[in-house]
Amino acid sequence: MGNVVFAIIFYALVVMVLVSAVAAAFLRNIVMAAFALFFTLLGMAGFYVLLGADFLAITQVVVYVGGILILLLFGVLLTHRSIETLELETRGTYVLGIFGGLLVYGVLHYFLFSVSWPTPLMKPLEPTTAAIGQLLLSKYLLPFEVSSVTLLIALIGAAYLVRRRDT
Amino acid sequence: MITLHHYLVVAALLFTIGIVCVISRRNAIGILIGIELILNAANLNLIAFSRYFEVGLEGQVFAIFVIILAACEAAIALAILISLFASFGTIDVDAAQRMKR
Amino acid sequence: MLNIAICIIAIPFVALVVHTFLSARMPRRGDWFATGAVFLSLGLACWLFVQMLFSPTPIYINFHIDWLNLGSRIIPAGILLDHLTIVMLVVVTLVSALVYLFSIGYMHGDVRYGRYFSYLLLFTTSMLGLVLANNLLVLYIFWELVGLSSYLLIGHWFERDTAAKAALKAFIVTRIGDVGMFFGILRIYFHLGTFDYEAIFQAVANGTLSGNIRVLAGLGIFFGAMGKSAQFPLHVWLPDAMEGPTPISALIHAATMVAAGVYLVGRMFLIFDPTVLLIIAYIGCFTALFAATIAVVMDDMKKVLAYSTISQLGYMMLGLGVGGYVAGLFHLTTHASFKALLFLGSGSVIHALGTQSMREMGGLRKKMPVTTVTFLIGTLAIVGCPFFAGFYSKDAIIGAALAFGLHHPQHLALFLVSVFTAGLTAFYMFRLFFKTFTGSPRDQEKFHHAHESPLVMTIPLVVLAFLAIVSGHGGWFQKYNPAPQLSTYEAQQVAEHASHVQPEASSSFAANRLVPAGTPVAEHGAEEIADEEELEHRAHLGAMVASTLFGAIGFFLAYLMFFKRRLSSAAIIQRFRAVYTLLSNKYYIDDFFHAVLVRTLHAVVWLVGVFDKYVIDGLVNFSGLATRFTSWLVGKFDNIAVDGAVNGTAWTTGILGEILSLSQTGRIRNYLLFIVLGIVTLVTVFVFIK
Repeated sequence: MGNVVFAIIFYALVVMVLVSAVAAAFLRNIVMAAFALFFTLLGMAGFYVLLGADFLAITQVVVYVGGILILLLFGVLLTHRSIETLELETRGTYVLGIFGGLLVYGVLHYFLFSVSWPTPLMKPLEPTTAAIGQLLLSKYLLPFEVSSVTLLIALIGAAYLVRRRDT
Repeated sequence: MITLHHYLVVAALLFTIGIVCVISRRNAIGILIGIELILNAANLNLIAFSRYFEVGLEGQVFAIFVIILAACEAAIALAILISLFASFGTIDVDAAQRMKR
Repeated sequence: MLNIAICIIAIPFVALVVHTFLSARMPRRGDWFATGAVFLSLGLACWLFVQMLFSPTPIYINFHIDWLNLGSRIIPAGILLDHLTIVMLVVVTLVSALVYLFSIGYMHGDVRYGRYFSYLLLFTTSMLGLVLANNLLVLYIFWELVGLSSYLLIGHWFERDTAAKAALKAFIVTRIGDVGMFFGILRIYFHLGTFDYEAIFQAVANGTLSGNIRVLAGLGIFFGAMGKSAQFPLHVWLPDAMEGPTPISALIHAATMVAAGVYLVGRMFLIFDPTVLLIIAYIGCFTALFAATIAVVMDDMKKVLAYSTISQLGYMMLGLGVGGYVAGLFHLTTHASFKALLFLGSGSVIHALGTQSMREMGGLRKKMPVTTVTFLIGTLAIVGCPFFAGFYSKDAIIGAALAFGLHHPQHLALFLVSVFTAGLTAFYMFRLFFKTFTGSPRDQEKFHHAHESPLVMTIPLVVLAFLAIVSGHGGWFQKYNPAPQLSTYEAQQVAEHASHVQPEASSSFAANRLVPAGTPVAEHGAEEIADEEELEHRAHLGAMVASTLFGAIGFFLAYLMFFKRRLSSAAIIQRFRAVYTLLSNKYYIDDFFHAVLVRTLHAVVWLVGVFDKYVIDGLVNFSGLATRFTSWLVGKFDNIAVDGAVNGTAWTTGILGEILSLSQTGRIRNYLLFIVLGIVTLVTVFVFIK
């Protein structure tokens, strides 16, 4: 019974993620695409919940939905001049993309179905936040600090790149 | 019964859509959307493996690092995008082709 | 004592180093410094000499250190201090010191005054090292150093072509002898594995070194001595060496260095086989006569003295060769004093007149009294006038020759020739004296400018004259000479050896030494030794009478011809023109060498030159041509094939670039597609094609 509900939720999320992802990829209006991405990211957070990654699901929502997506929209606002600049793509531009995509999926498909994946081992679902915190501050302390420095550098670099040149 | 395989297929599809998006979009922001899709596909893989393998929480920690890098990337990308707009007056990457022979 | 010996050589050596680098900054170019150093050495040597005279037991010190460590072989170097060494030390330092003093006057104002004294110090140091060495290798090194300083000093006035050539000649001719010597040394070393005198003598005593090897080694070493001591036929360099400054002739080419050959023969006396000793005796005897005859006709003052030196060295060799060990070395010692005196006296004359030719001299008695008197003393000493040094030493040699001749009548010629040579010596020396100092001056202008030499030059003359009188007296040399010293040392070993080999062999060594040639060892018993001593004693008396007689005849002939002029020398020359020409051309030995050896050498050189020019050059030119042809071919190949390949590659690259550059759209999206294609291709290759 639980499995059926689980499966229903899973497939609903699959539909939501894939449809919104296709929309994000193919909608000509970039603002519309960004909103489609919003739903994709939310669906991903749902997957994370299903996979028992509660901390990551929250992080996904906060960082992606609350941060990156807003950043994208800011980019749109700062750079568009007219409605034409929002819709640059024509049908012709997708031909090459679909060609490349099919190639990549072909390779991935081969691996997905030629490898026998191990029997699923369902670990009990537990809160992960405390454990992740432990890992980040002990075993992965150095990568954690490096990534924080990277973030800082990226922000400073971004601020440098967009400063007014004429001053 | 939802298995690891299901998640991997979803992630592969999502990755493919991201690739298509990156290759097809002329709009720089569109390319950025594609990259986010690819990164999310990778994250889904990491977390699924973390769930279905007896390996602890390493996958989730990796996913956290990926998210951190995605944030960095988004910030830098936006800065580049604004620079691009300042230089070319557009964010159409096909217009930025001074490197063409 | 050892320390004193080390100081004796160390002082001139340190002085040499200091003087060489600092002479230019010293007042008077450091002549006082060099002279002082040598006088200090002289003082120490005299101190050793006095100790030797009053030492109750013979002095014998053999000190050595490991010098070269060649893995399995260790070559020691060291000092051997015995009576012979001490006597030689005194001779070398004494003559050196006086010559240094004389040089201060003689070389005054010379362009290379400082360098001259540096060379002198080099010579003195190496000569002392030669005397002090306790093994053959060290001796050889100093031997060559002595030769080098001789070369440098003969060529002191190298602006003069003759001086430069004479220096080269001296160097090369003595080097010919040195090759033989080195051969002898190596023969000994390969046989015995040592250079040490003591070990070599021991090997001779116990028979390890015998037979052909001993003969070869002895001949080799004597050959070196021949070169250095100017024995026939390697004497040709010594007369030419008179091109050097006269004090140098006195020091190196009369008193010390040329005596080194005699010293070597004396030092290595024990290794000479009876046969070799006989050869030495004959060569010495012949050289004595031969050089004396040439000296009779020479007109150059220094040349006369040079041939006289060769003649006297021949005497020494003769003395050693006939077993008169003591006599030979005694003559070396006395000869050093009076020959140095004669040379310095001639230097004084040359300094006064500015010429060496006796034709321009005469009557100098009035102008240069001190030089005249001292020169007369030197002349009397060399001709063997009774109560002068040469009388004792030369008679010892002639006596030894007579004793030898009496014992072996077939070798009596050695005695006869040596006595005759004594007469010749008297003749040519008095000829020199009379022509130079008596009579009327032949060149008035030069005579007018002549003057007695300064004090620094006359003092050495007086000192040497004193020594030329006294050094033969008192029998000190016979009493303290190195021979008994060496023989006691040797006798012990022989006795030790003999005691367990064969009883009668105990006298074999003595017999071997005193009667070197022709006699089987076994014949000599103890009684015969006693007989021999008696014989020798009588022989000395006879020799004394004979040589004095011949000397007197020579003197009177010279007196009549050159002082009283009763006999006209010109008439005699006219009468024996052929002989005169032969003599004044030095028996054409130099011309012979020039004609045969030098011409042959030139011919060989010419042949080699022709070979070089046509064969070697031909080869070189051919290979040059071949190389040119090859490089022309290669050039063609390069132009067509290689350049073609290069150009083709470039052209292809260009075309490909043109084609591929179409893909460079400048669009990021296209590049991304290419990346994807690349990854897919790679994965496909890795996965599907294994």
